[in-house]
Amino acid sequence: MVEIEIQKEGHIALILIDGDIDASSSIQLDECLNKQLDNKQLNVVIDCSNLNYISSAGLGVFMSYIEEFSSSNQKFVLFGLSEKVHNVFEMLGLDQLMNITPTKSEALIFLNEE
Amino acid sequence: MSKKLTGQIALGFSILAWLSLSIVDISNQFSLGNNIDSGFSEKLPNLLFFAYVLSLFTFYKSRVDLADRLNLIDLLWKIFVTGMLTTVVSLAIRSLDLVLGDSQLIKNILVIDLLFLVNLGLLTAFLIATLVVWKRLILYQKNKRLLLLWTIFEYILFGSILLDFSAVPGKEYFLIVVVALGLIVSVNMKWVAFLSFKQKWKSILLLLLTLLYLVYFYMNLITYRDSYEFLSLLSSSLFIRGAFVFTSSYAIFSLLVIIFNLPTTSAFEQKLKEVVNFQRLSQSIQTEKNENQVYKILLESAVRTVEADAAWIELKTSEEMFLDQISYEKVAVVKSNLSQSGISFRRKIASNENKKAGVSGKLKVGDFRSIANFPIWIDEIQEGTLYLLKDVRDGFTHELIELIETFTNQAAISIANFRMLNEAITNERYKEELKIAKLVQSKLLPLKLDVNNDFDISTFTIAADEVGGDYYDSFKISDTKIALIIGDVSGKGTSAAFHMAQMKGVFLALAQLDLSPAEFLDKANLAISSGLDKTSFVTISYFVLDSTDKSIEFARAGHVPSLFYSKEEKKAAYFQNKGLGLGIIRGEKFKNYIQQSSSNYKEGDILVLYTDGITEAQNEHKEEFGYERLLKLVEQYQSSTADLIQEKVIKDLYDFCNNDLLEDDYSLVVVKFK
Repeated sequence: MVEIEIQKEGHIALILIDGDIDASSSIQLDECLNKQLDNKQLNVVIDCSNLNYISSAGLGVFMSYIEEFSSSNQKFVLFGLSEKVHNVFEMLGLDQLMNITPTKSEALIFLNEE
Repeated sequence: MSKKLTGQIALGFSILAWLSLSIVDISNQFSLGNNIDSGFSEKLPNLLFFAYVLSLFTFYKSRVDLADRLNLIDLLWKIFVTGMLTTVVSLAIRSLDLVLGDSQLIKNILVIDLLFLVNLGLLTAFLIATLVVWKRLILYQKNKRLLLLWTIFEYILFGSILLDFSAVPGKEYFLIVVVALGLIVSVNMKWVAFLSFKQKWKSILLLLLTLLYLVYFYMNLITYRDSYEFLSLLSSSLFIRGAFVFTSSYAIFSLLVIIFNLPTTSAFEQKLKEVVNFQRLSQSIQTEKNENQVYKILLESAVRTVEADAAWIELKTSEEMFLDQISYEKVAVVKSNLSQSGISFRRKIASNENKKAGVSGKLKVGDFRSIANFPIWIDEIQEGTLYLLKDVRDGFTHELIELIETFTNQAAISIANFRMLNEAITNERYKEELKIAKLVQSKLLPLKLDVNNDFDISTFTIAADEVGGDYYDSFKISDTKIALIIGDVSGKGTSAAFHMAQMKGVFLALAQLDLSPAEFLDKANLAISSGLDKTSFVTISYFVLDSTDKSIEFARAGHVPSLFYSKEEKKAAYFQNKGLGLGIIRGEKFKNYIQQSSSNYKEGDILVLYTDGITEAQNEHKEEFGYERLLKLVEQYQSSTADLIQEKVIKDLYDFCNNDLLEDDYSLVVVKFK
């Protein structure tokens, strides 16, 4: 079970993920990220501080949007990952391909830098 | 003794009895006329007549019993034929009488006696034939009481012959008893109800003719008796009179009952036809092999039952229609007429009940004057409609509509059942195919991995579904070099199993090229990526064990880090090299994210490969088995053999999860160096 909320803050879309992302709830994540591709002006910041668990299906969704966002010149940053969730990203090697910061402010700084 | 033989012997006896009777009676008459003693007892003719009656009765009874499956009309036909034959013979004798006219011969007492005896014989034969058939009809649906009553009647009737012997005073009263009993049994005519309309008309005709014969014979006999005083003895027989009254009154009763039954017969037959049609529908539907067949039977049964002049069934899911006595063009005309005139199906769709009800309406297309339609609902979906047309106004009564609703429901239930059965069969087939897939997949995972003198290997694997996505394998590159792989395809079930099979192909093809682990991963990524959809990936760890320098070279593609126990340090640790899962980046850049490492092994060291099913296994408190627990267990069991370490770790895993961990696929490979 997961609850996903989208808030618009200036030039960024803030996505809050609350719960577990498994094979069934990964469909919600996919729909949500897909919507962000419509507005190419927005960068995407994903708050994972309430993300308890992510399965390989959830990782698959994130992985499939790496290319999509980069080709539409949108940036997307994850922040607030718990150690356990971060390990999962790291183990698969996704931390090398995605932008992951510890806090929201660091995420915003990252967006401004680039 | 067979019935046929009994009948033949009885017939022989009866002829013999009649001949003897004739001789004795004529002799008696002769001696009477000439005042001499014939030497025959006066009672002898009566005795012979009794024998004649009994043997004839036996003969007819055996004939009727023989034809066990005779129908009712055949029975009536039988006595009609007997009556005709006897009448013809009797008439022939009459005409002889007329032809010979006033000749002296005819006036001869003996000749008169002979002619009388012939007539008596014929009448008796006809009476008995009729009696036997009446018995059969009266006992058509018998019960114990009726059977007893009949038996009493039969005994008294035949007993009356014995009374004829003696000049008992008041034996006329006995006749009243016989007639009364005869009338009581005569009220049993259930057989009439089983006649069809046509059969009833036939019966009336046959019964009338039978009555005619009876009366003719009896009048004949009376004439003889009245003309010639001396014949009185046999001609006033109680038996003949009793039997005559009974047979003719039963014939009259039956006639009346049939006539009164005629008007209701058609209604009764209609009901019977409905019942038969319904039964036929439900029986044939159960044996049919497809839905179209069920629709055809429904159409046919409905038309037959309401005597519709045309009918069709249309389905919502297909263009196909089932037509009866109507063409596609005509159906279109009727339908456009219906929609144009906006008539007049008085259907109230409001309630759930009504949506399944049949409705009727008026129509004026060609000869058709009324129409009824019946929606066919299968599992709460209207799949079709049955239309019935008649060439009379208001041709569909309330009862008919309800009846066809029942038909339609029956057909719908059959189709629903039919589909359920098919579904069950399909599921069964899928299960069977999964079993085969499991068998095939189990062959993809080797039972024994390659070893050399430097190490032993023990493996364990189990899948959550019938088939899984875990993979491990080995390849002997040379006598000293062995390649090891462990992998996990994202997702579960059949698609995962399919990619795992692809992975095995990639491994077997690339391992023999003696590539370094990093090169292997790069090429494997290229090979496997094209087959994966964009959200799927494969994680693997690849090892090359070389016994010449006791080295381990390895690289990791997103797979859970492998565990290594060093005997020297008495410590276990996870390899900490970077990696990226296969299929995440599909091209040149992939190798940038791969890090190859190497290590050396000594005797007693242990390498543990596994899939994330093990570390992510949860107990009832949602607590994960975890890396730390696995590491500690390996340290704890380090002195055991590879097999024992594997068994103990798996046992501890099961204990941790309370034997309830089939949420993922999980595999364990333990390499113990020596």
